[in-house]
Amino acid sequence: MKTKTKPAKQKVKTVLDRHQRDRGMLVAILQDIQAEYNYLPKKALTEVSQGLDIPLTQVYSVASFFKAFSLKPRGRHIINVCLGTACHVRGAVRVLDEIERRLGIKAGGTTKDHRYTLETVNCVGACALGPIVIIDGNYSGEMKADGVKALLKGYK
Amino acid sequence: MGKEKVLKRLGSPQELEALRASIVKSRDPKQACLVVCGGTGCLALGAQKVITAFRRELKERGLEDKVSLRVTGCPGFCERGPLVVVKPENILYQQVKSEDVAEIVSATVKGKIVDRLLYTDPGTGKKITYESDVPFYKKQKRLLLSDNSNIDPTEIRDYLALGGYAALSKVLFDLSPEAVIKEVKKSGLRGRGGGGFPTGVKWESCRQAPGDKRYIICNCDEGDPGAFMDRSLMEGNPHSVLEGMLIGAYAIGGHEGYIYVRNEYPLAVRNAEIAVKQAEELGLLGKNILGSGFDFDIKISRGGGAFVCGESTALMASLEGKVGEPRAKYVHTVEKGLWEQPTNLNNVETWANVPLIIENGADWYAKIGTAGSKGTKIFSLVGKINNTGLVEVPMGITLREVIYDIGGGIPEGKKFKAVQTGGPSGGCIPEDKLDLPVDFDELDRVGSMMGSGGMIVMDENSCMVDIAKYFISFLEGESCGKCVPCREGLKRMSQILARITEGKGKDGDIDLLERLSATLVDSSLCALGSTAPNPVLTTLRYFRDEYEAHIKDKRCPAGVCKELVTYLIDEKKCPGCGLCVKACPVEAITDMGKKKPVVLDQEKCIKCGACYDVCNLGAVIRK
Repeated sequence: MKTKTKPAKQKVKTVLDRHQRDRGMLVAILQDIQAEYNYLPKKALTEVSQGLDIPLTQVYSVASFFKAFSLKPRGRHIINVCLGTACHVRGAVRVLDEIERRLGIKAGGTTKDHRYTLETVNCVGACALGPIVIIDGNYSGEMKADGVKALLKGYK
Repeated sequence: MGKEKVLKRLGSPQELEALRASIVKSRDPKQACLVVCGGTGCLALGAQKVITAFRRELKERGLEDKVSLRVTGCPGFCERGPLVVVKPENILYQQVKSEDVAEIVSATVKGKIVDRLLYTDPGTGKKITYESDVPFYKKQKRLLLSDNSNIDPTEIRDYLALGGYAALSKVLFDLSPEAVIKEVKKSGLRGRGGGGFPTGVKWESCRQAPGDKRYIICNCDEGDPGAFMDRSLMEGNPHSVLEGMLIGAYAIGGHEGYIYVRNEYPLAVRNAEIAVKQAEELGLLGKNILGSGFDFDIKISRGGGAFVCGESTALMASLEGKVGEPRAKYVHTVEKGLWEQPTNLNNVETWANVPLIIENGADWYAKIGTAGSKGTKIFSLVGKINNTGLVEVPMGITLREVIYDIGGGIPEGKKFKAVQTGGPSGGCIPEDKLDLPVDFDELDRVGSMMGSGGMIVMDENSCMVDIAKYFISFLEGESCGKCVPCREGLKRMSQILARITEGKGKDGDIDLLERLSATLVDSSLCALGSTAPNPVLTTLRYFRDEYEAHIKDKRCPAGVCKELVTYLIDEKKCPGCGLCVKACPVEAITDMGKKKPVVLDQEKCIKCGACYDVCNLGAVIRK
């Protein structure tokens, strides 16, 4: 991280204050924390539980229920393969197969060198471009299996 | 762009009208305006570069006062993006690149047209100059979407210039809450999220339910894969949604509202946040709105990526900071919803219809559509279709008109097989039902549903068993696991479908699928489970022969199911160009020298299809 790393307590406190310590905003709070750390560290979840005065089990249940959250550190580059229906009928599975094969991980996994995390998403709504692969927020449309190698190369 | 200006709080309807008049006066309707689509689809196609290039070009040539630039939400024709429309003439330029920008600016200043960027009608081969003449737009009725290209969604003044918030002002000062409800009931508006429940009736129940507080929710957790109507409205015209919510809140008697929006839609989140902030600054949200004494606040909540949260009770649980699990609805959410209080939830598109109804009257609205379904519906037309994009059509239009007249038919001259409507809970409709008028009841009748408006077209190369497997495994992953029929039933169905597509299907599998489906329909806790079998039931109803081919002949007629497919080289057609040799990721294809056909080693082949994709000569056969 570029900025000086703030202690976890301070970071979580800033996020909680931004949401006025509103328990209803738990999902949003966890999203902001994940944006900070790239995943949800155990320490931060404990801080959230204390800060909002709710049981840690509730924080954990929400953190493990929603797909957007990861309890494990993720790679430097997040690859998202869209598996929406439009992408599916245009062959997204073959693109996913090829990425899995090249990286030696399954969807949901992170490469050993922490370079990539591979995830799937159920439609990003850019169906005209399917199949779509999104890496770090950059969209690549009309992907084919043989384009995977070149695409991955661009992300060190 | 005027964004730095601090907006002054409006204290009365007169002040609103005065502000509107001053905005309209400050704008010259004849001035050239370059409208660039900045929706997610066009951005993914590189629209940001085009926008930056236009900014630079106008600045460098000192034309900023003469030609204005507006970055808008999605006009719908995603297939041809990035899209640029030159106003006031509405000249449509398609597939614009940053290199084209200088030429467009020059032509616009001189009042000329850049021919090469115009859309060519594939039917006649003629170039089409104006947006409204393009067949894709011609048959649409764009009540909601048309404003997308007239509005910079981050600029409330654009919405005000088009008469925005006049409907709100009207209800606050001229109509009683009961009168508003009566009007919405009379319009025949039904919920656009998929349920099709009459909106006015819902509002009335919520208003009459006992409780201390009433909550108003906008559901923008658009989870159906292949559907992006709500995203485009929220991205492109967020104030229309806010105004609808405000009118609903006034009618129902609610003072707190939530917009629950998918986190996978970053632009929709951003534009909704900006819209709320601007409306607050102008006093159109918050305390004592327009001096009427009515208070209403909106909070924005981002979803966590769970499909089930589109279900109202699961969404509300998530808003309370809990796991998004639905509950049984013997007590409706209009009586006990969020925090156990009466809660009215409507979908984005439903809310966006409300200001139109108030402004133009229920009678005007009720004239559009069919007997049971009024108004227009936005569909996202995707899959194997020439014109992918968003289409807004009057209820009652036929599927054939949508797919062929607007959608331009199936690419590469392939044959139409089915259209899937209603998202994962919908069904597949075969060719002989293409003349079906599209409305809530007709789609139900053929075993599918309106749903939120996804329309996925499939051609001869789509395998219907694979599609059913796709939806079932999607829903299996999204099932929250609370009730047994959904959790276990979908798992079993998914296993059975997987084995059928792997060539391991058994006699009796179809029967088993049907029995499991019946159990899910009857006994699931929420609509996710009870509608989940629809994709299986409709494909069994209309494409049973494909299931039988997989089970009995161990064959996938469409050539999709990997285990049942073999790739072969047609030696007569193969010139040995070697393209496929390079494409093959596992070196299963060997180059035998110039002008000699390549050789494919079946042992090594992983059936990825890369060779099939890359060969333009049809020399790779998929069987």
